[in-house]
Amino acid sequence: MSIGKSEVEYISRLAMIDVAENEVEQVSAKLSKVLDLFAQMEAVNTEGVEPMAHPHDVQQRLRADEITETDQHEKLQSVAPATAKDMYLVPQVIE
Amino acid sequence: MLHTLSVKQMSEKLHAGEISSVELTLHYLDRISKYDPELNAYVTVTPELALEMAREADERLKNGTAGILTGIPVAHKDIFCTDGVKTSCSSKMLDNFIAPYDAHVVTLLKKAGMPILGKTNMDEFAMGSSSESSYYGPTKNPWDLNAVPGGSSGGAAAVIAANLAPMATGTDTGGSIRQPASFCGITGIKPTYGTVSRFGIIAYASSFDQAGPMTRSAEESAWMLNAMSEFDQRDSTCLEMERPDFAASLGDSLDGLKVGVPAEYFGEGLDPEVEKIVKDAIAEIEKLGATTVSVSLPNKDLAVPSYYVLAPAEASSNLSRYDGVRFGYRCENPADLQDLYKRSRAEGFGAEVKRRIMVGAYALSAGYYDAYYLKAQRLRRMVRDDFTNAFEQCDVIMGPVAPTPAFNIGEKTDDPTSMYLADLYTIPVNLGGFPGMSVPAGFAKGRPVGLHIVGPYFSEAKLLNIGHQFQQVTDWHKQVPAQYQ
Amino acid sequence: MSWEVVIGLEIHAQLTTKSKIFSGASIAYGAAPNSQACAIDLGMPGMLPVVNHAVIGKGIALGIALNAELGKKQVFDRKNYFYPDLPKGYQTTQMDYPIVGKGYLDIDVDGETKRIGVTRAHLEEDAGKSNHGIVPGMTGIDLNRAGTPLLEIVSEPDLSSAQEAVAYARKMHELVTFLGICDGNMQEGSFRVDSNVSVRRPGEPLGTRAELKNINSFRFIEKAIEFEIERQIDLIESGGKVVQETRLYDSETNTTRSMRTKEEANDYRYFPCPDLLPVRITDEDIDAVKVTMPELPDAKRARYVAELGLSEYDAGVLTSSRAMAEYFESLYKHTGSKDAKVCANWITSDLAGALNKAGLDISESPITEEMLAGMITRILDDTISGKIAKQVFDAMWNGEGSADEIIEAKGLKQITDSGAIEALVDEVLAANPSQVEAYKGGQEKMLGYFVGQVMKASGGQANPGQVNKILKEKLSS
Repeated sequence: MSIGKSEVEYISRLAMIDVAENEVEQVSAKLSKVLDLFAQMEAVNTEGVEPMAHPHDVQQRLRADEITETDQHEKLQSVAPATAKDMYLVPQVIE
Repeated sequence: MLHTLSVKQMSEKLHAGEISSVELTLHYLDRISKYDPELNAYVTVTPELALEMAREADERLKNGTAGILTGIPVAHKDIFCTDGVKTSCSSKMLDNFIAPYDAHVVTLLKKAGMPILGKTNMDEFAMGSSSESSYYGPTKNPWDLNAVPGGSSGGAAAVIAANLAPMATGTDTGGSIRQPASFCGITGIKPTYGTVSRFGIIAYASSFDQAGPMTRSAEESAWMLNAMSEFDQRDSTCLEMERPDFAASLGDSLDGLKVGVPAEYFGEGLDPEVEKIVKDAIAEIEKLGATTVSVSLPNKDLAVPSYYVLAPAEASSNLSRYDGVRFGYRCENPADLQDLYKRSRAEGFGAEVKRRIMVGAYALSAGYYDAYYLKAQRLRRMVRDDFTNAFEQCDVIMGPVAPTPAFNIGEKTDDPTSMYLADLYTIPVNLGGFPGMSVPAGFAKGRPVGLHIVGPYFSEAKLLNIGHQFQQVTDWHKQVPAQYQ
Repeated sequence: MSWEVVIGLEIHAQLTTKSKIFSGASIAYGAAPNSQACAIDLGMPGMLPVVNHAVIGKGIALGIALNAELGKKQVFDRKNYFYPDLPKGYQTTQMDYPIVGKGYLDIDVDGETKRIGVTRAHLEEDAGKSNHGIVPGMTGIDLNRAGTPLLEIVSEPDLSSAQEAVAYARKMHELVTFLGICDGNMQEGSFRVDSNVSVRRPGEPLGTRAELKNINSFRFIEKAIEFEIERQIDLIESGGKVVQETRLYDSETNTTRSMRTKEEANDYRYFPCPDLLPVRITDEDIDAVKVTMPELPDAKRARYVAELGLSEYDAGVLTSSRAMAEYFESLYKHTGSKDAKVCANWITSDLAGALNKAGLDISESPITEEMLAGMITRILDDTISGKIAKQVFDAMWNGEGSADEIIEAKGLKQITDSGAIEALVDEVLAANPSQVEAYKGGQEKMLGYFVGQVMKASGGQANPGQVNKILKEKLSS
């Protein structure tokens, strides 16, 4: 299966990863190869097989409703690229 | 020479006061500064932290609060968050990330008193089978500097093989402990999914990721697994059950052990030398009292496509948090929000990581979810059921870890799918969540080859004992490349 | 040519837990920026979610109250999209296996009861908040709210007017606050209503809908929907087409306007969150929630009317909030469960008026139910009259003490001594001979005049019943 330019652009938007004009061809060629690998699955009859999301058939443990976290914003923001007034900064969002 | 001692001997000498942890730690730090520049197995070396922890370990050794691993240095794969230490996952994206907390595994091994020598190199975000996708350059195989050490825990395998650490941690999502262990001639075990807490381990594919020990011998892996695995309520997928003493059955006889040998694991594509080594190793285990039985894993070929849909799908979502806002790489002068996202991620991630994110996003996208994601989940169950059925006829399954010994650096980088297909023996084990181990079993063309031992859920102690018994009658695990002896 | 209006509501109710849905950080409102955003809420590398037990119980309670099917197996999914207030790049929500399945809510509009279908209600995490321009050209992100537990309650498109939509929203608000699973504070965003509005000609398929988002009062929701209905009808009648979009309501101009439409259609790539396992609930879990649930408003109202003899109106007012109902029931109990009507009257008139004037909620009332009960007890045992009681009430409101203390201090005790009343009556009759003549001549309505005079002479403290009785005796002799 081959992936065209418009599909690469769509995937780039979904993945939120810029794909430069001169990379499109190579990216599409390699993605196409991976999809060829997936094509092997098509022929297999999986009727009646339940999808498996986890190795074990166990259920979610629930946490007691207690406040266990303290204010760590200084430490946590020490690794942030840009902050002001204890907030994370991004280019202006227009709504 | 201290590095030629087994961990057991080191521990005895530490407890007897014949050597100190500081001495031992300094010895390894010396070796790292001498040998690591050519191997590139460490991303970060932490001498101050190591020595401070070694001093604390020496205190414990004196005051009687030391355990078997107290004072033994350890190297952590750079995927384990380590408080105050750069934790990069070998990515430019996290090149500036000083973790503000410890992974649960790191906490436990600190508690055990193991000084941290540093953080080992790996494939970026654990996505790869050769450690070549690291932002910091490839790690080299100590047995042959032209060869890859395997991946993604290639740095961890290399530091054990070259005696740049006595013990190391690794993670295994599709074979990332076992395959580098095989390529570097060391012992590594991936425990049953849910045995070791994933808290603080940078996620690649959550329903597959599992941490485990990488050491020279099976006995050492058993001790380390004892120290690493403990129920942790912060990881919802960590199993709430008593962990056995993984070293308790190390003396058991292999009499009556039923070894399943799947015909599918010895078919086309398997290097004849590797095949011979694996068959000889199984014959050796038969001599120890085991019998073999032929088993079938009919859906073996479906494992690779299933995994390469599911793992990238989970990864595409797990890696969305790297957006240049709260931590990690942020592009220069973003024009607007979209630009900030798209460029930070395009510049911060390497080619293979981007490819898997894009593949994963595609597999989950409208119109493809059923054909790719759901189908792959159904195949996952079929592959798992193959093993469950096989385990009705045998106690463990044995075969190769990889179809070939370590390949050359650069050999497979142009064709990602050829690299994916080389994971065919390890991936099914991750799909099922079973424990799997690689034990050194010989050399092909001068490069190590491991024996793959896979068991049903919670059979780690049995696997480790099989490895241990094998290592009582073989010395493959004691081999060290000439220049690192 | 007539039009049919089709409205469905999506209501986000913030749950009254202490900690977040997946972490142990506090959800208290109004904290300093990011002081309640822990490493898990921030989506830091290696961090993992664990489900808060309390959110499951609150979801079950709503499900029971809506007579809904409960999700015995629930699965948390990831809804993937990039936005600065969404730290992980996905929102964890319940897509295919929600906690609450199909149910319904009965609403009353113009005296008619209408059953509105509830499609589902699912648990999910809230996002953070954007603060525009805190630095020129930049938006600041505060992630305190990220991870706050929400129940998203989705109605069927069963609502056919703005009035019905608001009646449904109010009823749901009453229900979640009654259940104590949401504080209902619309200003703080604890209860958010999104309306999907479309119009069609009778018999035609559903029209294209527009979504009205985040309007923070019931009054504005009604106005916004009314405007939107008009806009859509005008648009279609003038040959235009409704486009599917999100519209914002401007309360100053009473209009809706299109929000900047997102650049492309969203492809959220939902899939089960691999960091979480299915939540399973048992019949025992459901029973455990049932025993802790309060009597629901509809049941309460019916009981107040049938058993306590209250009017529909009083029963409605007294069940308008859980705090109100609790106040009433406590008051009734403290007065010995004798006269529900008197208790109801004092709450719905004097107390409600005073609270309203002071801008206080009943839970903040300076007159506790014990205090009010003390006063009502004195009315019922004839120590004070209803009229005097108003003075006592005012004094209690002003913090002058209990009813007994005030009656004592101000000497408000009712005169019930017949001798004293007789003396007053004699005095009044003697002072008004012509009126007595008139009464005896057949003008019996003069009696009211005499009662007034006697009460006046007693400073309002004479027992009016006794005054009446003695007057009649004297005048007929």
